[in-house]
Amino acid sequence: MNRPGNEAELAELVRGAGGPFVIRGGGTRGIGSTGPGEVLETGGLSGIALYEPGALTLVVGAGTPLAEVERVLAAEGQRLPFEPPDMRGLLGRDGESTIGGVVAANASGPRRVQAGACRDSLIGVRFVDGTGTVVRNGGRVMKNVTGIDLVKLLAGSHGTLGVLTEVAFKLLPAPEVQATLCVAGLEDAGAVAAMAAALGSPFDVTGAAHVPGRGTFLRLEGFETSVRYRAKELARVLARFGSVAEVGGDVWTQVRDVAPFHGAEGDVWRLSVTPSEAPALVAKAGAEAVVYDWGGGLVWLRMAPGVDLRARLGVFQGHATRVRGEGAVPAFQPEPAAVAALSAGLRAKFDPRGVFNPGLMRAA
Amino acid sequence: MEMPVPDPAILAKRERVLARLAVVLPGDALISDPAETRAYECDALTAYRCLPLAVVLPRTTEEVAAVMRECHAEGVKVIPRGAGTSLAGGSLPTPDAVVIGVARMNAVIETDYANRFIRVQAGRTNLSVTGAVEAEGFFYAPDPSSQLACAIAGNIGMNSGGAHCLKYGVTTNNLLGVTLVTMTGEVVQIGGPFMDAGGLDLLGVICGSEGQLGVVTEAWLRILPKPEGARPVLMGFASNEVAGACVSDIIKGGLLPVAIEFMDRPCIVATEAFAKAGYPDCEALLIVEVEGSPAEIDEQLARIKAIAARHDPVAYREAASEDEAKRIWLGRKSAFGAMGQMGDYICLDGTIPVSSLPFVLRRIGELSDQYGLRVANVFHAGDGNMHPLIIFNANQPGDLDRAEALGADILKLCVEVGGCLTGEHGVGVEKRDLMSVQFSDTDMEAQLRVKDVFDPGWLLNPAKVFPLYVTAGRRAA
Repeated sequence: MNRPGNEAELAELVRGAGGPFVIRGGGTRGIGSTGPGEVLETGGLSGIALYEPGALTLVVGAGTPLAEVERVLAAEGQRLPFEPPDMRGLLGRDGESTIGGVVAANASGPRRVQAGACRDSLIGVRFVDGTGTVVRNGGRVMKNVTGIDLVKLLAGSHGTLGVLTEVAFKLLPAPEVQATLCVAGLEDAGAVAAMAAALGSPFDVTGAAHVPGRGTFLRLEGFETSVRYRAKELARVLARFGSVAEVGGDVWTQVRDVAPFHGAEGDVWRLSVTPSEAPALVAKAGAEAVVYDWGGGLVWLRMAPGVDLRARLGVFQGHATRVRGEGAVPAFQPEPAAVAALSAGLRAKFDPRGVFNPGLMRAA
Repeated sequence: MEMPVPDPAILAKRERVLARLAVVLPGDALISDPAETRAYECDALTAYRCLPLAVVLPRTTEEVAAVMRECHAEGVKVIPRGAGTSLAGGSLPTPDAVVIGVARMNAVIETDYANRFIRVQAGRTNLSVTGAVEAEGFFYAPDPSSQLACAIAGNIGMNSGGAHCLKYGVTTNNLLGVTLVTMTGEVVQIGGPFMDAGGLDLLGVICGSEGQLGVVTEAWLRILPKPEGARPVLMGFASNEVAGACVSDIIKGGLLPVAIEFMDRPCIVATEAFAKAGYPDCEALLIVEVEGSPAEIDEQLARIKAIAARHDPVAYREAASEDEAKRIWLGRKSAFGAMGQMGDYICLDGTIPVSSLPFVLRRIGELSDQYGLRVANVFHAGDGNMHPLIIFNANQPGDLDRAEALGADILKLCVEVGGCLTGEHGVGVEKRDLMSVQFSDTDMEAQLRVKDVFDPGWLLNPAKVFPLYVTAGRRAA
């Protein structure tokens, strides 16, 4: 196993024409399967390089544990805006998630509807490309349009373009309080409509999820008096959909980590769609269990093993990714030919020898 | 400003290129008479002008694709143009290039309030996107100060920002998808009315690529529910340092105002003389705006007032009415007009870490003295996006050169303290030759590879963004 202790060692390792490499942060959230390769661990690229609470800015080594990042930010009353999920329970993994892995997977939780995805908070990267060259893009300031934006390109590239060594984020203050409203007894279509009404209201909803059989949940965050005011107003908006109650408990960690699927057998798929189209697609899917997040824009489906969900859904605006399970079809949604050609072209440029996570994102 | 020598082979076959374009376009969509193409010789960076080979004004994606196919077949360069409001010369033509202006493509294709998006043709102006959805209580968040005129196509090309980015982000954070016509004339949908890419985030590289990767003809944009209300507060401080510290404390205090605008003394004096907004006589001034219901606004402003009090403000004025709110914004919104009264000006937009604010303002003051040119600063303090305005006299020989040299020094300073050359205007030709201050050749090479993939022949807006020495081999190939 390779575990470079710093960026220069990593670059030298890659330049040394070794590989192919299977890139691993904490090994907690990787999906799909790569071709054979030596494991390349990023845990040695660890540590907070810069943290300026007054500028809402963090620069951190890619191998730094996510938990450490969250601890450091919490001490200053701040947080990563995009609420990265912990996928260990869902994927049955151990290990400690790294911030670089979060970026490579563009992993974003329920707050994505309001604060954007991981890629929206990411303002800078350093990475080693497939030729062993260190590349720097973006920086540490939150408004930056200087040159081509490789920051977004690296987010969600699943280690196929380069090995991240350092990542920079813009942060948000953590709220004083949060409140969760629950609408009981809604069918999927009604739930998506209720979530749309909430997200279309001026009350700054930061989470909108529907767990069939358990309820439809809306989250508010902020200063105490503001949250109290908005909870009252939002309940009024939601009243026409069903009975509304404020609930306690840790609903949002459960939604974020897809806890209702933990310990259950079967494949898990992740569907990114136009929210109002989600219920009809779910009806076609024949899933064993479903969780709606992002107001219906993200649907987690637990399916019988080996089912080709895409074949059941037909053509739709969005994509379906298999995050757990094996099968003849690829984990990542095949792209239209023109898009696939552009993506393949980029991979060929950044990793010309095909040594990083070979085959991972390619459509079978 | 050095531009590449126009390709003589293209100039020699001008008539043939025009004839081919005439076949694929309606008669009124092709402009080749220099008397008419003159309107397209520059954008808002008016110091640089050049007549293009021709201008085309298509109405559909299909027409754009047809033009691209013809240009590709003939090896003719293409300059994409939105509304021509770029401050960086992003759509400056060359004599051997065809300008594709998308301003006629301004239709709303679809509005979907349940899913909170609007799909528009990319020539639609920024403000008219909000105009199309505000009756239903929605708005489009990015608000560049040119929003009355600028097109969504240009916003996407430059990844435009505005005054409210601290809370709502810039264009890339509000863009869901595009229809892109590639240099070969292929029409590709990237992203769409759903969140996040299924594969590589191509939308992320297209946004802000300054027309180097393709022509964007349609876009899916995220729309947001309008807040219940907004209210500004104005504070004056005894020094830039104190005002900077106050900004930092507001942010550390867990508040997220929608805007924190900063004006320094030269800017306050100039705008006061011009707009008479009743601004206090002080060294630095902040306008902070918060949103919400009246009670929520009261609470946030109470917290902000308590933070400001720790920094001994020389003035503190809350807007008690709509009229007072307008007066507070009046000076800020007149700032550029006020500068225009003082002379010609260059507007820079380097971004710096907020913590470097006092140091950078001090250094800009020193550089201003050194060059003998006035600089006024008005900027988005919450996100560190500066807008130094350098005042000069275009009719005085040598003055523009001096102003540009001062501008270059200020931008180098922004990079030195950990910031960047441009926060929202783009590189264009204006900052092209400064790119090597911020990026190593290796860093730029990685960016060029993206263009190699989308536009292997280097026909799209090829003399922009990167220093000519960096792209010479590719452009000649």
